[in-house]
Amino acid sequence: MTDTTAGDGLDLPGYVRKVGDPALATAEYGSTTYRAPSRLEILPHTLTEVTGPAFGEDRVTLGDADLTRQRTGEPLGERIIVHGRVLDGDGRPVPDTLVEVWQANAAGRYMHDGDRHDAPLDPNFSGAGRALTGADGSYRFTTIKPGAYPWRNHPNAWRPAHIHFSVFGRAFVQRLITQMYFPGDPLFGQDPIFNSVRDERARLAMVSAFDLDETVAEWALAYRFDIVLRGRDAVMFEEEDEQ
Amino acid sequence: MSRQVTPSQTAGPFLHIGMLWPDGPTVVTDTEPGAFWIGGRVIDGAGDPVADGLIETWQADAQGRFASAEDPRGTTTDFRGWGRCETDAQGGWRIRTVKPGPVPGPGGTVQAPHIDVTIHARGLLRQVLTRIYFADEAEANAADPVLAALPDAARRTLLAQPAEGGYHHDVLLQGDDATVFFDH
Repeated sequence: MTDTTAGDGLDLPGYVRKVGDPALATAEYGSTTYRAPSRLEILPHTLTEVTGPAFGEDRVTLGDADLTRQRTGEPLGERIIVHGRVLDGDGRPVPDTLVEVWQANAAGRYMHDGDRHDAPLDPNFSGAGRALTGADGSYRFTTIKPGAYPWRNHPNAWRPAHIHFSVFGRAFVQRLITQMYFPGDPLFGQDPIFNSVRDERARLAMVSAFDLDETVAEWALAYRFDIVLRGRDAVMFEEEDEQ
Repeated sequence: MSRQVTPSQTAGPFLHIGMLWPDGPTVVTDTEPGAFWIGGRVIDGAGDPVADGLIETWQADAQGRFASAEDPRGTTTDFRGWGRCETDAQGGWRIRTVKPGPVPGPGGTVQAPHIDVTIHARGLLRQVLTRIYFADEAEANAADPVLAALPDAARRTLLAQPAEGGYHHDVLLQGDDATVFFDH
């Protein structure tokens, strides 16, 4: 570890460039047209980029991880367990990191003023959850399987069922906002957001796996979704050595 | 074989459901010495406000320290350092914070006071990252290694201007005057 004090220069191992991320602008996803920056400059990973916020238990209350028990009654729909581990690119668990989720209800409707889809709201389902990962990087939510919903991106456009994930990691450049999908969704083929990830292996990393072992008999099916954040640069140097 | 890193996806237009915190915009409380508001608007390439986005900020404390176990100098501050604010109907956002101190940079350099900023929104398939520097730190800015790598016009897009109660800083996603964004 580099031994320096404030005021000295600091050369740090950065994080590996992400492989498989979507391009910022894609012709198929209309909203990128006026929003995607067209040019990016290079930023070295300095102390500001390799550090990041840490949040404690005070940010999460016990009920935050169970989206079926946040209101007075039980929400409608198929109760499911969504669990997995947060790892970095080297396979190391990322403990004590905040995971935020949000999603539509079973009918494909978000509890949000901006959602005009003609499907019922569920007063017992807000669709928001939070959890802090355990020592082994694990997290676990109980929720309702979200429904597919239409959007106006292209004629007869429907989003595959998904849960939004926000993960902090250890470093500001490890921060990840993504979406978790369900295996075998028939809407994958026509969804420009899912398919903005061009590489198949990378795309499948966003699809959860049905997990019979974690299914609770007589109660809820389970899906496993491991989240892999960027690893440190050392991995990249090894790959370069192999060339 | 390294693992496939989970790709990014857009936060979408309903990010507020999962990402809003009541204390998100207040990195520091009102009683913090030197506290100010820094804010502005996020504007798209058509000149329209980005009304459904969210910005996140990360910075050192006034002495240039980070409250992060990843700081190899050790953690000697409990400064939260992190802020989050949704954009309003006019694309407006603001954060209550303090000016960060200088932070060591690569190759023996010293970075001028700066705040890392990411933007999350519908239409952004992955987060975009920019930095805010302070126009009233001319001397420190002149020695900053990140600013030094940019042409003059681009450098100016990162400078927050002193304003009543703090600083003003607009973020333009596209166009001739677009804010500099960084590949990270």
